[in-house]
Amino acid sequence: MQTNELVVCQGLSKSFGSLKALDNLNLTLERGRFIGLLGPNGSGKSTTIKLLNGLLQPTAGSLTIDGAQPGVHTHEIVSYLPDRPYLNDWMRVCDLLSFFSDFYKNFDQVKANDMLKALQINPMDRLKTMSKGTKEKVQLILVMSRKAQLYLLDEPIAGVDPAARDYILNTILSNYSEDATVLLSTHLIADIERVLDEVLFLKNGVLTLHESVDTIREQHGKSVDMLFREVFAC
Amino acid sequence: MQWQLRGDRPIYQQLMEQLTEQIVSGQLLPGDKVPPVRELAAEAGVNPNTMQRALADLEREGLLYTNRTSGRYVTEDKSMIDAVREQIAADRIADFMNSMRQLGFTKEGIVKLLEKSSMGEGNEDANK
Repeated sequence: MQTNELVVCQGLSKSFGSLKALDNLNLTLERGRFIGLLGPNGSGKSTTIKLLNGLLQPTAGSLTIDGAQPGVHTHEIVSYLPDRPYLNDWMRVCDLLSFFSDFYKNFDQVKANDMLKALQINPMDRLKTMSKGTKEKVQLILVMSRKAQLYLLDEPIAGVDPAARDYILNTILSNYSEDATVLLSTHLIADIERVLDEVLFLKNGVLTLHESVDTIREQHGKSVDMLFREVFAC
Repeated sequence: MQWQLRGDRPIYQQLMEQLTEQIVSGQLLPGDKVPPVRELAAEAGVNPNTMQRALADLEREGLLYTNRTSGRYVTEDKSMIDAVREQIAADRIADFMNSMRQLGFTKEGIVKLLEKSSMGEGNEDANK
C-alpha cells in the first residue's frame, strides 16, 4: 500500500571533515508535488539531492523514499539529473536512448523521441558537437522520459535559453504523473515559481523554510524570488 | 487566452480573477464546458494543483459546477454572472476614483473629464 509520504528525512546530516554541509534535516515530501530546493551557493542543495539518490552516505540521521532506504528499490523509482554533464560525449543521441532503455525498464523511448522532435534535436547528432544548452536539453529529456516516482533535478535549466526553458518547464509539468514528485534545485526562481507547489529554503545546511508558494505570497505580499533576495541578501 | 501573472499576489487568486473575467465577458458562456485542469494549467504555465485550487474555489463561489461524470461547467445562472460583473465594475470604478482623487480631481471634475473623453471615443468610432 502506497502512503502519501514519498520522502521522509529524520535528523539527516552530512559532514565533510569539519564542514557541516547538511545539519539535522527533518523533512517530509508528499507525492504529486513540484518542489523547488532553493538556497545560495554552498547551502547544501546538491548534498541533499545526492543523499536522496544514495550517492552520499549520511553522517547521521535516516532517510527513506517510498518506505525504503536508498538502494536497489529507490534507484528504480528515482530519476536523477546531476548538476554537471556525465554522459560520454562521443555518443549519439540515439545511442543514449538505447543505453537508457537497457538500464531502466521504466524508460519510455517514444516519449523521449517526441521531446527531441519538439526541441528540434537530431537523434543522429553526437553530444560533443552540441552547445552547452542543447546537451542539457538532451540530459533532461533522458531523465524525464523515465516513469519515476521521484525526479531529482539539480540545476536543470541554467544553460538553456528562455524560450526552451518555458517548453522544458511545461514538459516537466505535463510529464510527471499525479503520484510523482519533482524536486528541483535552481537559482532561476522567478522563472520557475509559477510552476512550483512549494519551496524549501536552505541556509548553511539548515532548512529555514518549507512553505507553499501561494502561502508565501499571501503572508509576505511578495514573490518567492523577492523573499529569497531579502532572506539571503549579502 | 492570454494569462498574465504578477509576482506580488497568490497565483491561484490571479487565476480565479482571470477565469471570472472570461465568464463575465462572455468568452466562456453559461453552460460551457471548462477545459480539463491539466490543459488549462499548461496553457497558463502554472502547476496543475494551483489551477485545481482556483477552479475549486470558483466552484465554491458558484460560478462553476461539476457534473460528476462529465466534468466542469460554467453556471447557467445568468443573474449570478450579472451580479459578479457589476461587482467587478464597482471595484474598478472605486479604484479609478481613488487614483483620480490622488491626482487632485473632485468628483465633478472627474465626471466632466469622463464625458469629454467618451465624446472623443464616439468621434473615433464615427471616423472609422
